[in-house]
Amino acid sequence: MWNVLAVVLGIGVWTALARAGVSGLPGPQAVAVRFGELAADGTLLDDSLASLRRVLIGFALGSALAVPVGFLMGWYRTARGLIEPYVQFFRTIPPLAVIPLAILLMGIGETPKIFVIFLAAFLSCVVSTFQGVVSVDSTMINAARVLGANDAVVFRRVVVPASTPFILVGMRVGLGAAWATLVAAELIAAQEGLGYRMQQAQIYYDLPSIFVGLITIGVLGLIMDRLLLAAEKRLTGWQERR
Amino acid sequence: MTEKISFRSVSRTYDVGGQPFHALRDVDLDIADREFVTVVGPSGCGKSTLMNIAAGLVDPTGGEVLVDSRPVHGPSPERGVIFQQYALFPWLTVRQNVEFGLQIAKVGRAERRRRAQHFIDLVGLTDFADALPRMLSGGMRQRCAIARAYAVDPGILLMDEPFGALDALTRVQLQDQLLATWGSERRTVMFITHDVDEAVYLANRVVVMAARPGRVYEVIDVDLPYPRTEAVRLSAEFSQIRNRVWRAVYHQTSSEGASL
Ligand SMILES: Nc1ncnc2c1ncn2[C@@H]1O[C@H](COP(=O)(O)OP(=O)(O)OP(=O)(O)O)[C@@H](O)[C@H]1O
Ligand SMILES: [Mg+2]
Repeated sequence: MWNVLAVVLGIGVWTALARAGVSGLPGPQAVAVRFGELAADGTLLDDSLASLRRVLIGFALGSALAVPVGFLMGWYRTARGLIEPYVQFFRTIPPLAVIPLAILLMGIGETPKIFVIFLAAFLSCVVSTFQGVVSVDSTMINAARVLGANDAVVFRRVVVPASTPFILVGMRVGLGAAWATLVAAELIAAQEGLGYRMQQAQIYYDLPSIFVGLITIGVLGLIMDRLLLAAEKRLTGWQERR
Repeated sequence: MTEKISFRSVSRTYDVGGQPFHALRDVDLDIADREFVTVVGPSGCGKSTLMNIAAGLVDPTGGEVLVDSRPVHGPSPERGVIFQQYALFPWLTVRQNVEFGLQIAKVGRAERRRRAQHFIDLVGLTDFADALPRMLSGGMRQRCAIARAYAVDPGILLMDEPFGALDALTRVQLQDQLLATWGSERRTVMFITHDVDEAVYLANRVVVMAARPGRVYEVIDVDLPYPRTEAVRLSAEFSQIRNRVWRAVYHQTSSEGASL
């Protein structure tokens, strides 16, 4: 209800700004027309699919690796000692800064783009998973042990479910990081994709296309975030909320 | 009288800022089979530490604990523990919580279900069997924790201030329920509390502890008949014993000049 109002208001302000002639800003109408054109000739769909594919593969690989590594770090002191310095170090490097290196080592195909997205998703998710494992309440673990649980059972039936909320938060952050990295990765070397399309539009001073790209990225990101949020609600509905 | 639990000069020291701190020093205590022992004492005198050592969750730094004449190494479902903070698994329903230990013990599905239902009914949570812990009140959570511990049928129940967070009415109800099941199923119970009335009402014997170092200060027999009723609670004998325990807890003559 309020959300709908917010969207209407936003478009209103946008129209007003465009009317007022803010340097070359296209109005909603111009953008909608361009949206129609790009959708009709299939460019928008192809670009979206190309971008989505990169994000999803990078994100899936990143979180698939982050969860077990995060568990290892949280559960075994040795693993933590060995892995944590690297994670902390690479976290201080923005994934985008890795792009030149990735291109040199992996060429300009899909691999370096997916790799950079993977790295961004992995680094966000691994820390959160690790935090989740470390913060599992020790009385909960003791409660399982006095009921006869060995380490494997404690892990599977206490540590995993107890850290699920952290993992899902990590995945949401990871997804955001993946999107953020995507556009930059495509700005550098790509033949298709939403980021690539926007870069082309920039060359031709095609502002409506840039807006179409931005809005599409925003909407797709929002949809994916909402899906993860729904999964989170389902999986962690047992949590006490204030 | 056969000893179920024997503490043999049990000590536990912690390193606090480089100094050894005696949470427990040379505790000797025997708890008989099917006895109900309560433990009271000032905060920090080592009650929880003593119980966690019996549970196998904390190792003593000196001495040993024997259960059925065998030294304790690590926890066992034979020694059920009820924690002050309930420690239910919040992602499992009441029924799944109660079935947790049975699943680990590889009890078959149907039998598991039946046993869990029995104890859920016993603690009066029948209507909440499929509710998640977050939907339960404090008293109901504690009853769920009790059902979960009972379900694996431990010979020993170790309870650490289980009713501490509850209101007076719920507390009395759970005390009576606990005594009723203890009477019918006859387990050995070690029950920690800071409530002198509760300690006397429940116990065969009250163990009063003192702090710095943590030790047994006095053991007081409670020669009152079971079942304990309101009449017992209001009797002159009860208040006599209660006063004795009270004095032992609140007017301890300190051994190292430290007082609490
Ligand atoms: N892991 C630990 N490290 C250092 N000191 C500890 C540790 N665990 C317990 N202690 C100390 O041992 C003493 C006894 O603790 P314990 O929890 O057994 O007390 P308690 O009698 O249960 O107190 P309360 O009634 O407040 O629960 C306390 O002074 C506490 O500070
Ligand atoms: Mg305590």
